[in-house]
Amino acid sequence: MDPKQEAIKELLIKMADDQLIIGHRHSEWIGLGPILEEDIALASIAQDKVGQSYTLFQLLHDQFGTADPDTMGFLRAENEYRCCHLVEYPNGEYDFSLIRHFLFDHAEYHRFDMLQGSTFEPIRGIARKFKSEIKYHILHADVWVRRLGTGTEESHQRMQAALETAFPLALGIFEPSPYEQVLIEENIFPGEDALRQRWLETIQPILEEASLQMPDPSSVEPAYGGRRGYHTEHLAPLLEEMSWTLRYDPEAERW
Amino acid sequence: MYGGGYIPGSASPQETPKEDPEKLAEFEEKINRGEKIEPHDWMPYEYRRQLIRMIEQHAHSEIIGALPEGTWITRAPGFKRKLALMAKVQDEVGHAQLLYSAAETLGKSREQMINDLLSGKSKYSNVFNYPAKTWADAAIIAWLVDAGAIINQTTNSKGSYGPYCRALERICWEESFHLRYGYDTVVALATGTKKQRQMVQDALNRWWRPIMHFFGPPDKISVHTEKLVRWKVKLATNDEMRQQFLNMYVPKIRELELEIPDPILHKDPETGKWVYSDPDWDEFFRVINGNGPCNKERLAVRKKAEMMGQWVRRALHNPRQQYVTPLA
Repeated sequence: MDPKQEAIKELLIKMADDQLIIGHRHSEWIGLGPILEEDIALASIAQDKVGQSYTLFQLLHDQFGTADPDTMGFLRAENEYRCCHLVEYPNGEYDFSLIRHFLFDHAEYHRFDMLQGSTFEPIRGIARKFKSEIKYHILHADVWVRRLGTGTEESHQRMQAALETAFPLALGIFEPSPYEQVLIEENIFPGEDALRQRWLETIQPILEEASLQMPDPSSVEPAYGGRRGYHTEHLAPLLEEMSWTLRYDPEAERW
Repeated sequence: MYGGGYIPGSASPQETPKEDPEKLAEFEEKINRGEKIEPHDWMPYEYRRQLIRMIEQHAHSEIIGALPEGTWITRAPGFKRKLALMAKVQDEVGHAQLLYSAAETLGKSREQMINDLLSGKSKYSNVFNYPAKTWADAAIIAWLVDAGAIINQTTNSKGSYGPYCRALERICWEESFHLRYGYDTVVALATGTKKQRQMVQDALNRWWRPIMHFFGPPDKISVHTEKLVRWKVKLATNDEMRQQFLNMYVPKIRELELEIPDPILHKDPETGKWVYSDPDWDEFFRVINGNGPCNKERLAVRKKAEMMGQWVRRALHNPRQQYVTPLA
């Protein structure tokens, strides 16, 4: 396959993996949220993410002949996944889950905004549709981050601590791909650096309004590795759980 | 989903006030005419008390019911099922939200209700005190427990309290999608490989008794409820609903060549009624009183969720805001 095709494929797989794993994590909140309304909101967001992942795997199947979405999403070996470490982490408490959702969705929004102008034509319409969904995810995250950042002393401290934990992980979203130059030169995607820049410009003022101090990105070691198949210890058990039923009877054609 | 609106409650408390006979007559006439009672209408103390108890139990059942099925979201086989199950469990939590609001119109806050759930003072449907051991258990729940819930809730939606009826109508719409999803999932397993068939047969064997219990104890041992029938709080007896369920679903289960674990189950050609083995009502009462296989686990999970969410709710609390009863 030529480098351009490889570059697109790699980009699609990492996006599909991110969406699936974060969606899976959000869905773990259903039944356990701090208020019922949050169970419902996170369930909605989870459905959007998992649905987006499905769309991307379907596109990969149609355009690049990869296996069907269920096989790709549920049954690959752990080191074949290309998600970032941020999405792999267990939900922890609501503070971490919320700040992760905030950091991740702002990056997503810009990523799909950029992909609307891609020379890879099939992603354009998809990106437009995803953006219209992620718009609401951002609204949700922003409201809560402001509210809890400025709520009580306790909620403020928790959010600040969660931000400090999640921030280096979030920088891992932008781990450069080996095909970075191809993507940029071919106008497929403006690149992870450009995305990271836009992301930082967006989140900083919101964090300020929320009275939260963003760590200095230059002084933080980004959590890289996920995009090359090196994952945290949290991904393997997640995948084992996710594929449990499918693996129970590999002979089954339909579930 | 919920079917246990008839979980036996305590007898009327001694302080039940004597009702104004004129107002009571007016209230009963209104119900007789088929009109709905709305939150600000006059209502007897006992009517309010029974409705709060019933709607609250229903709401609790929805949030506790999200737990056994919710554990299968992360193990659902493939995208399609994962998405559908997320949507279904989300609906159940949405039902809880709707029902707590309906109960709040009667004067008890959501917080008080949840505290009563956690302290064990108020109950939820027994069926959720059983474990969902495999994917097929989640499928049987979505099909047959939701089917039972639809029978119960469609009946109750013709009751007399406006906010509860309206909530139930919407809930039944959503439940009918759950039923289709559940049926489709069961069909996939029942028509699948030998292992899949075994999985769904085992699940049916585990769930048959809790499903028979689902509609509540037999009429002959149920607490006398003549007044509740007159006030249209209760619209069909437990046995009537159980019969309706058997009528509708026994043929469908048999069509899939699944075996119902009750050797004497048959329809009596003379009475037209289903005859079934005694589903061990002692067990039903044991589970209701807190000794089922999962009672402790379910409440422990709920308590942990409440505890973990405390700091969030504290941050949301604004002392200048006043409590407002939700619109219904």
